Amino acid sequence: MGTTTASRRAVLKGAAGAVLLGFHIPAGDALGQAPAQVPEINAWVVIHPDDRVVLRMARSEMGQGTRTGLAQMIAEELHCDWSKITTEYVTPGQSLARNRAWGNFLTAGSQGIRQSQDYVRRGGAAARIMLVQAAAGRWGVPAAECSARNGVVTHGPTGRTLRYGEVAAEAARLSPPAEVPLKEPGAWTVIGQSVPRLDTADKTTGKLIYGMDLRMPGMLVAVPRRCPVFGGRVRSFDANAVRGMPGVRHVLQVGESCVAVVADTFWQAKTALDALPVAWDAGDNGRVQQSTIEAMLDEGLNATEAFVGNSVGDARAAIAGAARRVEAVYAYPFQNHAPMEPMNATVVWTPTHCDVWCPTQNGEAALVAAAQAAGLPQTACDIHRVDLGGGFGRRTTHDWLIDAVLIARQVPGVPVKTMWTREEDMVQGRYHPVTKCKLTAGLDANGEITGLHMRISGQSILSFVFPTALQNGRDPVQFQGLNAGGTEGAIGYGFPNLLIDHAMRNTHVPPHFWRGVNHNQNAIYLECFLDEVAHATGQDPLALRRKLMANHPKHLAVLNAVAERIGWGSAPPAGVHRGIAQQMGFGSYVAAAAEVSVSERGELKIHRIVAATDCGVAVNPRQIEMQVEGSFVYGLSALLHGECTVKDGAIEQTNFDSYNVLRMEEMPKVETIVMPSGGFWGGVGEPTIMVAAPAVLNAIFAATGKRIRSVPLKRHDLRRA
Amino acid sequence: MAKLNVNGRVVEVDASPDTPLLWALREHVGLTGTKYGCGIAACGACSVHLDGQVVRSCAMPLSAIAEDQKIVTIEGLSPDGSHPVQVAWRELDVPQCGFCQSGMIMAAAALLAATPRPTDAQIDEAMTNICRCGTYNRVRAGIHRAAGAGAAG
Repeated sequence: MGTTTASRRAVLKGAAGAVLLGFHIPAGDALGQAPAQVPEINAWVVIHPDDRVVLRMARSEMGQGTRTGLAQMIAEELHCDWSKITTEYVTPGQSLARNRAWGNFLTAGSQGIRQSQDYVRRGGAAARIMLVQAAAGRWGVPAAECSARNGVVTHGPTGRTLRYGEVAAEAARLSPPAEVPLKEPGAWTVIGQSVPRLDTADKTTGKLIYGMDLRMPGMLVAVPRRCPVFGGRVRSFDANAVRGMPGVRHVLQVGESCVAVVADTFWQAKTALDALPVAWDAGDNGRVQQSTIEAMLDEGLNATEAFVGNSVGDARAAIAGAARRVEAVYAYPFQNHAPMEPMNATVVWTPTHCDVWCPTQNGEAALVAAAQAAGLPQTACDIHRVDLGGGFGRRTTHDWLIDAVLIARQVPGVPVKTMWTREEDMVQGRYHPVTKCKLTAGLDANGEITGLHMRISGQSILSFVFPTALQNGRDPVQFQGLNAGGTEGAIGYGFPNLLIDHAMRNTHVPPHFWRGVNHNQNAIYLECFLDEVAHATGQDPLALRRKLMANHPKHLAVLNAVAERIGWGSAPPAGVHRGIAQQMGFGSYVAAAAEVSVSERGELKIHRIVAATDCGVAVNPRQIEMQVEGSFVYGLSALLHGECTVKDGAIEQTNFDSYNVLRMEEMPKVETIVMPSGGFWGGVGEPTIMVAAPAVLNAIFAATGKRIRSVPLKRHDLRRA
Repeated sequence: MAKLNVNGRVVEVDASPDTPLLWALREHVGLTGTKYGCGIAACGACSVHLDGQVVRSCAMPLSAIAEDQKIVTIEGLSPDGSHPVQVAWRELDVPQCGFCQSGMIMAAAALLAATPRPTDAQIDEAMTNICRCGTYNRVRAGIHRAAGAGAAG
């Protein structure tokens, strides 16, 4: 394990066992050399002579439980002793040197488990086969006569046993098996169990080291400030005004748009930065106001040209010829991810190497970003991950890391920890995209929907983040939950005529993936509008949905489950009103039913939410419950409070005082129904956030007769109409 | 040079008097279990005990703290993680990312010391810390569990 006395030289050379106080870097990382004496069975499994099992992780842990879930995957096939398991992160540099042995590092889109379950299980199975083979070889018996259980290989005919630790070194020298069969789900004993998380203990004692907590000998701390207007630049700054302040070592310009103070401590750097005179050149974006953006979105609602996401029949004609029409316009604002841990990265840059220690949701993308900023090949750089103090999508992109490297590059050979203030985190976010939506339904004389047109107007995430992924200009991610099919968001209704299209209207405020992504507003738009149609035609909202869902049995099953649990159709408690919603996304089918009351003064109380999830395979039911509860906190924060606005080109909300989030007193009871139907792997980190807001909004309508069509609720008077 | 009594130990801190207690603890004393979340006493990630009361250390300058005031951080709540709140947290798997949990645990421990059997309303009033992952319901359950285990004792 690490010592606390590593010399600067050892750190600078990135020598094996590079040391941070209280933080151990796996041996052999920075030089890309084969770790010495590590009994590695394969890329995923290391077994020490004393039977300790180290499972390697490519995906990042940010609270969603992926470490424990992936360990369950490997352990299911490895047949090891669960109590002997620890995990370690591999670095993207190690993976690069081994032809991407660990596959994708991306930890987003609720895909950590579902996109790697197959190959990590095979990793566990292959290791078990090799351990059994090694034991059989020791005994000189056929491997087929041996079996493995709980970290022990047993020779059936003689009853002889060998522990994994005793044969690990021999197993490591064997060739990997050609055939690696996996267990049938019916034989699983670890997958499907609510095993406790592997990483809870250190989170209760303050021992877990986050990026913000990293320390190195001789380390300096940098606090940066970017131009508050996106796209703006530094015009000038007066370094001499703060150079003499306590602890200040450097006052730097970082790229074209950022300044930073580097000092002995965070507080010294921040104090000096606050005193630093900076003149910004905001450029044209400095004239953009919230009203400018709103007007642009409004224009898109009626624009002639739009990208088509889903089309059935001729919705325009059906609506034009309809006996009756229902129309409504909805809106969804910019929102900040606001993870509890502000952005940070610790960097050591030299002319030949660059090592970064940071919390990231995508180690490989971090390596690409760091190498580019460092002016070095990727093989001369590496990313050493720590657990994230929240991610929610913010840490899939690396603007903060690039600046941290550019700062360290100006202080060669010295470890520099770059830390954002909360204020910087708030105004330099990557925001939930802003959109509006106009929905028009054509109804026949009996009130049946003959055609539906959903016109979305607003920001495209891909056009900012991955423009090469656009399809002839069209952003396919825009239509999450509204697609004709697919795993990432298939619509659950059959309409005789349907048109869902998107008028792309981008602003200078950078959008990004944000827990739930475009599902969040798409589910509000469609699920609340269907409630409007039900009300306008005198139908029960559940009955209307059921009628439209005949060909979508999985969507319907979760909806029925929450309806039954909440007692839909029976009278709620006095003063309490119900709403319901469903959506499919991230591979999973989810629904929610909410019970709310609204006082005469317009105060909302969310009493209870019932949520159902069909994620195909439920790896760890308790973890799923935790993710469902968490998704409602995040989703209800967004609904009740979440809004960022633009003034003179800059985001106006600067901290939790102006960007409030859900607190304990607002948190409803959440009852989770986990109902895996088998045969597919769905995500769990995000899906239920999709139905949080629409279920509550529909319940608010039931309570007040008021249809709230824009977020957040804090802007609305909920007193009964 | 300020003198602080932290977790039963007197430490000298070479920091300016305007330095918030949070940063003295993290950067001078070397106790990083107490977290920075907002710097304006709005989120509670920096919660520590000062003479038994929970305070938000990010907005409390060293100049406001007397030498004889006893500061307890998450690292000093118990010698081995055995405080009933910590035990309950592990039993219920309360933390998700865990970043806010030092503050949550310190706030919960202070609540239980003053109110051994808190009602839900008392928990709502005392626990104003922010958690973005969404552990609130498990925090509440953890407090009730710790109360049942005699956290105040």
